Amino acid sequence: MENIICACGHSNPYGTKLCEKCGRPLTEEGKETKVVDMRYDGMAIRSKTYNKTFIDKIWNFFSSVKVGITLIIITLVAASIGTILPQEMYVNAPEANKAEYYEKVYGWFGKFYNSLGLSDLYSTVWFQVLVGMLAISIIVASLDRGIPLHKSLKNQRVKRHESFMKRQRIIAEGQVQNPDATLDKVEQKMTQLKYKVRRDGSALLAERGRFARYGPYINHVGLIIFLAGVMLRLVPGFHVDETIWIREGETRAIPGMDGYFIKNNEFTLETHDNKPQGEQLAQGVNVMAKNYQTDVTLYKQPEGALPGDLDNLEKVKDYSIRVNHPLKENGFALYQMNYRLNELKQMNFNLVSKANEEEALGQIEIDLTNPKKEYDLGNGSSVEILVYTPDFSGFENGEPQTKTSIPNNPAFLFRMKTPETPKGEVSFVEIMKPPLEPLGENKYRMKFAGAETRDSSNFTIRKDSTVPILFVGGIIFMIGVVIGSYWNHRRLWLQVEPDGRVLMAAHVNKNMFSMKKDLDAVTSFAELPQYEDQLEKPEDAEKSEKRGIKKKEGDSTL
Amino acid sequence: MEKKKKRLVIRTIILAVLVLAIGYTVYGTATKDKVELIAVGSEAPDFTLVDLNGETHKLSDYKGQGVFLNFWGTWCKPCEKEMPAIDRQYKIYKDQGVQTLAVNIAQTDFEVQSFVDRYDLTFPVVIDKTKSVMTAYNVGQLPATLLIDPDGKVVKIITGEMTEEKIASYMELVKPK
Repeated sequence: MENIICACGHSNPYGTKLCEKCGRPLTEEGKETKVVDMRYDGMAIRSKTYNKTFIDKIWNFFSSVKVGITLIIITLVAASIGTILPQEMYVNAPEANKAEYYEKVYGWFGKFYNSLGLSDLYSTVWFQVLVGMLAISIIVASLDRGIPLHKSLKNQRVKRHESFMKRQRIIAEGQVQNPDATLDKVEQKMTQLKYKVRRDGSALLAERGRFARYGPYINHVGLIIFLAGVMLRLVPGFHVDETIWIREGETRAIPGMDGYFIKNNEFTLETHDNKPQGEQLAQGVNVMAKNYQTDVTLYKQPEGALPGDLDNLEKVKDYSIRVNHPLKENGFALYQMNYRLNELKQMNFNLVSKANEEEALGQIEIDLTNPKKEYDLGNGSSVEILVYTPDFSGFENGEPQTKTSIPNNPAFLFRMKTPETPKGEVSFVEIMKPPLEPLGENKYRMKFAGAETRDSSNFTIRKDSTVPILFVGGIIFMIGVVIGSYWNHRRLWLQVEPDGRVLMAAHVNKNMFSMKKDLDAVTSFAELPQYEDQLEKPEDAEKSEKRGIKKKEGDSTL
Repeated sequence: MEKKKKRLVIRTIILAVLVLAIGYTVYGTATKDKVELIAVGSEAPDFTLVDLNGETHKLSDYKGQGVFLNFWGTWCKPCEKEMPAIDRQYKIYKDQGVQTLAVNIAQTDFEVQSFVDRYDLTFPVVIDKTKSVMTAYNVGQLPATLLIDPDGKVVKIITGEMTEEKIASYMELVKPK
């Protein structure tokens, strides 16, 4: 790993292809070829320079373009395999039955697909490691190439050695009458063509669009920012995606939004009052929704309050959450997602004598959100609730059981006291069923006398602080692509010896056509010798000229 | 030589940062979907709730005592089964510095009171009306029990039903030394 000493005396790092100072080819290969490889302007790719320690070996692995391209291809293939069948999170089946779902719907292939873990491919460790390795490859390869390229472009010398000039694709050699005037004219014309012109004695360098060489690196920076943004979603606080069901009248802590509470004041479902027609008829839809709306009040705990502390809740605002009109607060957004209509809220019963059901001794109204132990009817009669089960599911050891805490199927064990039956009679009342009388036949019963219901709303709570990062990453990526695609780096070297011998060379990283246009202009203006394209065979030139078609040219130098 | 050394250090740092980032992503994705309560070893989030007798219970007031914190609901069968056992152990350990606190999830006073009366429970039962404590502890499944040591750190999290023997051993675990 020794430095290479060029004939001009400059010491170049190992791996350098063209002398940093004078541009002479340094490799045997380079000396033999007619046109040198101008990639990275002949600078040593960093990874090629040291290869000693373990870290260097890893670094060099990721620096390799071959490795990078292999990673891209593997990632692409893997990502596309993940699109063959729907991924698990989009499958409409309970978590536990997803494996069966794949087999049932997609047959043996579905089973195979699921058993290989392809149904949740993007969350697998290996896929993420793959993307991560791709990111490392992008970063390492860009650093290794971008930094030397930048240095080389920044420190360009005007005067290059003849062997460098002669190995460019475009060359010209000849005699001019007045060397100084020629240099002046070239400078004038190239400046007019928006080139930056530098002169060093009898040498001239005209350069335009150097920033085009940075396109791929800018593009990589954008990609890395984008990937970093995706990664940040996993950091707590950056990305919230929660859901909450809330009934009318309830106040609930908002999951993911510490310290905030939401109260559902009212849910409204409005429908179009139209006659079913067209597609509506064809699909058997009776009513069409016009509006789903939940009127809510948002509260916030005072600073430093503990969970569970409901004193001093501060009202933040009232808002009507509708579809596409989320409640926004502090970076969070609450979206109306779903609703449930008509959940029981209050049940009314009349205490009646079985002998005369028309005449009630009184009515009790049971608020299911806060049932009372005893209801006094005033006239010496009272009703006591012994047991309340919101979602009655049967008896176990004589005890009524509830399935959930939601009043889907409320049932009560009442003790009814009347002046006639002061000791009380016990009756078990389930909705829509005749009462059970466990302690013998009763004289009285609780007769259902109506109910009040309420609706509940389902919101999702979202926060995504990574969106601006993804956006910035995407924009930078696109800027890089545009710079790299639509601009090109053109250079013209010209050396005129005092005796009138002129040597010219030109390089463009892509779009040779534009370079040639500029060359034609300057050649005729400054009366330079006709240039020659060392890569174009004479017959090709004729053909393309005849057909008037421009071939895709240039060597796509980075 | 100096330059090479510097380069090696820079490369090592860059690779280390990238590997850490990937490791974090993989770990983060793997644990994302699991309904996880707060982490064992971390400080138990403080809260304040009111019990059936109208008394306020603040977790941090029990610093210096072990706390047996149980989340439950009357409809939850395993909760119902373990409650009497918890009460028996509570009576043994309350004088040894282990407090028991049962947090009901947003049910009505009536239901909770009838349940407490039926099983004659003597430990304090608080109701989390707005589910805010449940949210703070990220409780998904009932019953869920957290053991909090006298320093206020979560020592152990148990989801699902516990035998009386286990309950006793858990209370022993957070007993002040």
